Amino acid sequence: MSIWEILIITLIKILVIVAIMFLTVAYLVYFERKVSAWVQNRLGPNRVGYRGLLQPFADVFKLLVKEDIVPDAANKPLHTLAPFIALFVAFATYAVIPFGPSVNIFGYDIKLVVADVNIGILYVLALTSLGVYGITFAGWSSGSKYSLLGGVRSSAQMISYEVSMGFSIAGVLLLAESLRPIDIVNAQYGWMWNIVLQPIGFITFVVSAFAETNRLPFDLPEAEPELVGGYHTEYSSFKFAGFFLAEYANMIIASCMIVTLYLGGWQIPYIDKVGLSETLTVILQVGAFIFKTIFMLFMFLWVRWSIPRFRYDQLMNIGWKVMFPLSLLNIVWVAVLIMIFNL
Amino acid sequence: MAEKKRKKDLNFFERIYVVEIVKGMILTFKNMLRPKVTMEYPEVKFDPPASYRGRPVLVQENNGVERCVACGLCSRVCPALAIEVQAAETELEKERYPQKFEINMLRCIFCGFCEEVCPEEAIVMSKDYELVFTNRDDAIYGKDKLLIPVDKLKDRLEFLRNFK
Repeated sequence: MSIWEILIITLIKILVIVAIMFLTVAYLVYFERKVSAWVQNRLGPNRVGYRGLLQPFADVFKLLVKEDIVPDAANKPLHTLAPFIALFVAFATYAVIPFGPSVNIFGYDIKLVVADVNIGILYVLALTSLGVYGITFAGWSSGSKYSLLGGVRSSAQMISYEVSMGFSIAGVLLLAESLRPIDIVNAQYGWMWNIVLQPIGFITFVVSAFAETNRLPFDLPEAEPELVGGYHTEYSSFKFAGFFLAEYANMIIASCMIVTLYLGGWQIPYIDKVGLSETLTVILQVGAFIFKTIFMLFMFLWVRWSIPRFRYDQLMNIGWKVMFPLSLLNIVWVAVLIMIFNL
Repeated sequence: MAEKKRKKDLNFFERIYVVEIVKGMILTFKNMLRPKVTMEYPEVKFDPPASYRGRPVLVQENNGVERCVACGLCSRVCPALAIEVQAAETELEKERYPQKFEINMLRCIFCGFCEEVCPEEAIVMSKDYELVFTNRDDAIYGKDKLLIPVDKLKDRLEFLRNFK
């Protein structure tokens, strides 16, 4: 392949991914409102468009036409920069997530991932760590005590949970012997999904992912009753929409990561034994990936509307005294597995 | 009320949260499948029970004459001073009728005292809860808006006979 072909293919991939991204983020907001309504025996948005399907666009439009307020006490450059950091980090992570195996289109062998990086997992970890900056800057530069407290809490929480998250991933890496997401998925062939092999790691990773995305039980950075709106108290209009979208984009990222690392990515157990045509297999596998991701997203929403927020000391207790030892235990468990079964 | 559990009284499974969290999530999932309680208002309208106190109306007999004899008791008892009655004479058996009967719906507090005090069962609370006006003058309901045929108020009259 010439450089131009590679460039064009990559550009098309990026465009497709970005388009899908924005749509899924918009509809995740809609889905969240629907699920919250169902849990509370309500109907949820159903006025804008057929069954309220245009609701997310109405929401975004409303946010965009609002006045953009910057507080006098704010550090203006940082105040403006913060939501863009959050958004950039959230969207950039999509690059390394594999949606399916390689496909053959017009004679080109295309991998269904924007960037097949051999340190993909490291890249995700690095970017999600950068995400703290968006929130911390937002809290600090707003010149408001509520925002500051939200930002401080967020950085403490994300740093604490990143530890157990990293250790949970270490278990996966031991088994896959690679940092490349595609290799990790391939290592989970058949029923060798990591959720089956290392359930403890799965639990610690999911809990850490909840904490990393600032979702309820762990949404202390924006705890409404105590901190008004937390780090985005002083944000309005487009900048607020930025944080809002970033939160939901992070949820999708977290779900994709959970699926890739623990639920076997695009794998459907033994689909190659059934004898379907190659194209159909690929479509089914991409469908499986999407289905698993949607299921994890539903878990996110379901948990949010079931469990109340942890207190700050409880959060730190769980992070350091429960999740951290558990993830270490998981590494030992995986090591034992490898020793015994020569996986 | 259930006894409050101290942390030391919790057993192992309660202490590791997981079981309790799963229980809670099962509960919310069951709730997702339950029928929705929302009433989609403009399309589906709430049909109030007979005991509902909507806007007060005057009962109009089948021959087109109101029951009211303009005694003014409702106007007297009204705590919000919302009712104004002007009596006049008539050839009919009841001898008096309200020449002018106005209720200021901005003042009315829907207490139902007028209905309770009325000796003729001439003013009753209806089921009408959709009260919309765009200026203050429209909010003063005259006889044209207040008179409702007796057939439409059967529920309420029945209720008053049983419980008043």
